[in-house]
Amino acid sequence: MKEIRILSATGILGSGFREETMKRAMALKPDFIGADSGSTDPGPHYLGSGDTLFSDSAYKRDLRLMLIAARSAKIPVIVGSACTSGSDSQLARLVRIARDIAREEKLSFRLAAIHSEQNKEYLKRKLHEGKIRPLANAPHLDDEVIDRSAHIVGMAGIEPFVEALENGAEVVLAGRSSDTSIFSAMPTMRGINPATVWHAAKILECGAACVVQRKYPDCNFAIVRDDHFIVEPPNPDYRCDPDSVASHNLYENATPYELIEPSGVLNTYSARYEAISDRAVKVSGSTFKPAKRYTIKLEGAELAGYQAIIVGSVRDPIILRQFDSWLSGLMSAAKDRIAAVFGAGVEDKHKLDVRVFGKNATMGRLEPETSIGHEVGLLFQATADTQELATAIMKSVSHIAVHYPVPEWTGLITSIAYPYSPAEIPRGATYRFNMNHVVEPGTPLEMFRVEYEQVGG
Amino acid sequence: MKLWELTKLIRSKNAGPFELTFDVIFKDREGYEKVRDAKLISAEWFAKTYRLTPEVVSIINYDAANAIKITIPRPTISGDIDDTDVYGGQQHGPLVDVDVP
Repeated sequence: MKEIRILSATGILGSGFREETMKRAMALKPDFIGADSGSTDPGPHYLGSGDTLFSDSAYKRDLRLMLIAARSAKIPVIVGSACTSGSDSQLARLVRIARDIAREEKLSFRLAAIHSEQNKEYLKRKLHEGKIRPLANAPHLDDEVIDRSAHIVGMAGIEPFVEALENGAEVVLAGRSSDTSIFSAMPTMRGINPATVWHAAKILECGAACVVQRKYPDCNFAIVRDDHFIVEPPNPDYRCDPDSVASHNLYENATPYELIEPSGVLNTYSARYEAISDRAVKVSGSTFKPAKRYTIKLEGAELAGYQAIIVGSVRDPIILRQFDSWLSGLMSAAKDRIAAVFGAGVEDKHKLDVRVFGKNATMGRLEPETSIGHEVGLLFQATADTQELATAIMKSVSHIAVHYPVPEWTGLITSIAYPYSPAEIPRGATYRFNMNHVVEPGTPLEMFRVEYEQVGG
Repeated sequence: MKLWELTKLIRSKNAGPFELTFDVIFKDREGYEKVRDAKLISAEWFAKTYRLTPEVVSIINYDAANAIKITIPRPTISGDIDDTDVYGGQQHGPLVDVDVP
């Protein structure tokens, strides 16, 4: 029977897995090891700045174990969405880490690096040709948005992975790619039914996330055949059941029934989930409908300003009894002081906000419950055109806030507890996601450049 | 009875930076069908609670996992200056204590 065995190292490279689990999984003779390395979940900072969610040490620890195991078994390693956002600089970082590991461990392999960062002129041309269209809740897109983006990446489908593997790559490191493409490329090359492949990929891409209770990040394993796949976690402390596997389709998706990929849509409406032991689940019955038009999703981030913040708390019951009026008086006094210090026009160069922990910091204006307890936390936030201005504004706000009076107390009061000196904390550049669109490329490969190199040996 | 008492998980989470999704996963078929068939989780309730119009609220019954999924436009883009919850993971509070007659 035609089958492929897939080892998913972890849900996101850098979050870890147990070395012992990988050893057990390697004994099951996987055909490749895959891992996703990215997400938009932690916000726009990573795409905007090029910074990474985990440290180089964390990426290196995970990738080292994967490369050693894979080279020893002579199977490919496939990693997508390098170092959080899969921009070119983040991909270069992961490639560098792979080279360092190869040198230290005396490994050699043919490496393919798939570039997902997009050329702005190409995108503007596509926009003018009407080949870019918005997805749900998308912000406005025009040439200016493209021009002011710090980075724009396209989410690769399986095709660049297939290209790299067909060209003999033993280690494929990719920029931004769909989480599932990482796990679908090799099974598709083997000619396995795409419906089974994409469904298995969706279950595997989060590592051990589909187990009944995931206590820590770890590996997962599936055997994928034409008409079904079997998922069984290699960690003996973990188990899957039909509910846990079916429930995983809900995770961070707008619908559990459809998974939209560049080349088509996986539909799980008629999927069946059967327990074949107390730890393993057999999944079958999904369908895959090829897309009429091949599309690549775009992600972009632009600079939104520079921030400084102040963290503090209030415990005085007299202040808390009139908290709302005290705070609005304070904010108004702060605005007056900012205008006095920085002059006319400063209001166009900054935005001052306050978040009230213990009242509505989590849900903001949507919070239905606004009573407060015996203390509240305050987070003042200035967003300005420059870091210098944001920090300077907060130096004035800090002093206004710490002595802002209430009528009941006479004399000078100190109304906020600051845990830090200085109270103001520069937060650096802050970014904004500015695209939720898809583009129709001429071919599935034209947006993704594949580079090859011999590493080691 | 409150909704959470019938469930094994109520959660919110980004479905990408521009959408927010809620999962209500029930302990068993009985609780799921009771809430599903009584339409206790409605577009109107979400629209009121999250200050939207009912037309933008998507509600999907997912029999395979005894779950109801609700997806809405994200109140702010994830991580934008006025966002309060980058992962969108703590926006489900009001759902937890919905009354189930």
